[in-house]
Amino acid sequence: MAAIPSPKYMTEGEAGLSLAFLTGALLCALASAHAVDAPFGFHMGLFALAALGGFLAILKRYEWRPAAAPPQTIDGKPNYNLGPVKFTVIAAMVWGIAGFLVGCTIAFQLWAPSLNFGLEFTTFGRLRPLHTSAVIFAFGGNVLIGTSFYVVQRTCRARLAGDLAPWFVVLGYNLFIVIAGTGYLLGVTQSKEYAEPEWYADLWLTLVWVAYLLVFLATLWKRKEPHIFVANWFYLGFIVTVAMLHIVNNLAVPVSFFGSKSYPMFAGVQDALIQWWYGHNAVGFFLTAGFLAIMYYFVPKRAERPIYSYRLSIIHFWALIFMYIWAGPHHLHYTALPDWAQTLGMTFSIMLWMPSWGGMINGLMTLSGAWDKLRTDPVLRFMVVSLAFYGMATFEGPLMAIKAVNSLSHYTDWTIGHVHSGALGWVAYISFGALYCLVPWLWNRRELYSLKLVEWHFWVSTLGIVLYISSMWVAGIMQGLMWRAYNALGFLEYSFVETVEAMQPYYLVRALGGVLFLIGSLIMAFNLAMTIAGRTAATRDASPDDAIAPVLAPAE
Amino acid sequence: MAHAQPGLWKRHEVFEKNSILLLIGALIVVAIGGLVEITPLFYLKSTVEAVEGVRPYTPLELAGRNIYIREGCYLCHSQMIRPMRDEIERYGHFSLAAESMYDHPFQWGSKRTGPDLARVGGKYSDAWHREHLLDPRSVVPASIMPAYAFLDRPLNADAIAEDLKANRAVGVPYSDEMVALARTDLRAQLDADGPGAADLQRRYPGANVRDFGGDKSRVAEIDALVAYLQVLGTMVDFKIYEDKKNLR
Repeated sequence: MAAIPSPKYMTEGEAGLSLAFLTGALLCALASAHAVDAPFGFHMGLFALAALGGFLAILKRYEWRPAAAPPQTIDGKPNYNLGPVKFTVIAAMVWGIAGFLVGCTIAFQLWAPSLNFGLEFTTFGRLRPLHTSAVIFAFGGNVLIGTSFYVVQRTCRARLAGDLAPWFVVLGYNLFIVIAGTGYLLGVTQSKEYAEPEWYADLWLTLVWVAYLLVFLATLWKRKEPHIFVANWFYLGFIVTVAMLHIVNNLAVPVSFFGSKSYPMFAGVQDALIQWWYGHNAVGFFLTAGFLAIMYYFVPKRAERPIYSYRLSIIHFWALIFMYIWAGPHHLHYTALPDWAQTLGMTFSIMLWMPSWGGMINGLMTLSGAWDKLRTDPVLRFMVVSLAFYGMATFEGPLMAIKAVNSLSHYTDWTIGHVHSGALGWVAYISFGALYCLVPWLWNRRELYSLKLVEWHFWVSTLGIVLYISSMWVAGIMQGLMWRAYNALGFLEYSFVETVEAMQPYYLVRALGGVLFLIGSLIMAFNLAMTIAGRTAATRDASPDDAIAPVLAPAE
Repeated sequence: MAHAQPGLWKRHEVFEKNSILLLIGALIVVAIGGLVEITPLFYLKSTVEAVEGVRPYTPLELAGRNIYIREGCYLCHSQMIRPMRDEIERYGHFSLAAESMYDHPFQWGSKRTGPDLARVGGKYSDAWHREHLLDPRSVVPASIMPAYAFLDRPLNADAIAEDLKANRAVGVPYSDEMVALARTDLRAQLDADGPGAADLQRRYPGANVRDFGGDKSRVAEIDALVAYLQVLGTMVDFKIYEDKKNLR
């Protein structure tokens, strides 16, 4: 007897969201028609298309999905929702490569300015925010969202909350990236570092971020184990703090609701500190707390060891999130920011060294009893080396936050060197480690396509990082010293342009370091693609050391 | 992590077992630093005192500033002179907080790939700026600055009054008269012999009035950008400052 199919109904979410998208598409199309500047018109057009696409996607999905909602468990085991995670993994790789490529481009532009090509869309000034947003928000953001959705499910042993909401978060976030990136090329920018997107993009991101927080929280509420795992403290801290920073720093008045331009609410000194309260904590929460969460899950998992110290995680979590916030003024030493604020910023930055190293120690000591794995497992090596770079960068940072040191380093390439040792050595490496772990798990492969390629990736990109940071250390310190050099007659020794000329060889070495890092990421993309395609080492990577199993043959 | 903890450590469980308490706890903890460091900047005298001479940007200067922002000039050029001997000698008097009080957003910058521009106003001629912007290496052979030849195109600033209104909404004291005459003032600033010049200088004391772009027949983006560059750091007259008088 044929089973009677249960009647299929649209869920409230499907009905509500599809209606919202349809309305949104119409409103955005209208806004585009009334745009006072071309970039706004273009962006409203993109929003309209995306909303229309969303509307159609929901209808299509409704048509093809079974009547019943996906079960929470299958055979007693949680039925994890991994689709959105897979999307972010691929998005992260694509955006990462794009971001590294733009980074190499602007690095070469500083060495050979003809590479600006005289076009308005390709000048350094328009490309630089494209690079920073691509690597921080597009690459880093997708890694964070994806790993957080994975980790919260696994540690709560519960399916991700929401039906369409996780996809709204993932796709909505990537839409923000597209709006931001295309905007920069068109000259749409607030000129606030790492907060360049304009008011309408900021509003959209706020919406997506609220959805992100709700999905994450609601999943936590479904947990079987009463204690929230430590990684989730860091993810939650990162999500709420980024929300606070984003909202306050982006308060602005648009010139027109049909135009891209707005004027931030704050000015001068007030704006400077709000910007760097935001900017430093974009580093502290987006690039540190969030990635510490990743570290806290993937390192013990890959090393198959427990986290070193529960108590250390408690202390350094609260200390880190408390102290990081105060460090903003170290970006404004010897400026018109009041001295008391500079002193507070410097003092807290120095103290911040401790909870930062607390995190590093907790991660490194987790390897206790498993240090040999560093030799044999390049994926784990990426993650452990990332902690070493984290320790390095969080020592260099407090050092540079000391006013006397900063009087030399501010405005120089040393700052750039510091940023990249943290961004490449810590953030990128822990991301690579996590992605290398995740891909086989998500696509149900026994292992990565090739561990040997991971080795190549590791050594090529590490060499790249070393070239990058050492060239920038030399360049930065040289700039600082040259700017303040006096000759025997008591006049400034160097004109400004002479310091620019002196930078040339270091700009070239830095660009080459960046190229090596990019090559490493291409090796990784190939490795992951092969893994997803189902190719594994067993089918390709037979080392000459492996003895071919002797075949039994009858004696002649 | 679920094994029993002695004494005070056990208290932490209240956060680990309740996501809302964890969220609120974290939010409170991260709010403190910002509140302590940022709030006083809105009422402490040293950060809110005005300085004689500092005035809102003229419409033309504002349009130029918007181009500066659009092209990302702040990425290579700072606008904040620090109180160090070599810096003051190279760039001029260290920057005062009040000098950027109308800068929404601030343009202090964080990198000097190129020189600081806080007091570049009046240092170079308009012709120098034009040539340098259109092709930096024609003036400074070792420069690595991109060429901005495309700035030699008409300025789109018909709605500049709206920009003044938006600035007013965030606290810049543009008067009704300034808003109403924004477009007129923009053109008037390019014509030293014109009828609007004196009026403009009444509304914006000390404003430079001349043809910055070198082509009287049109208003180009380069007019606006050069007008902006030429006002930087010129508003405050440091010669009339009596340093003994202001000791606190």
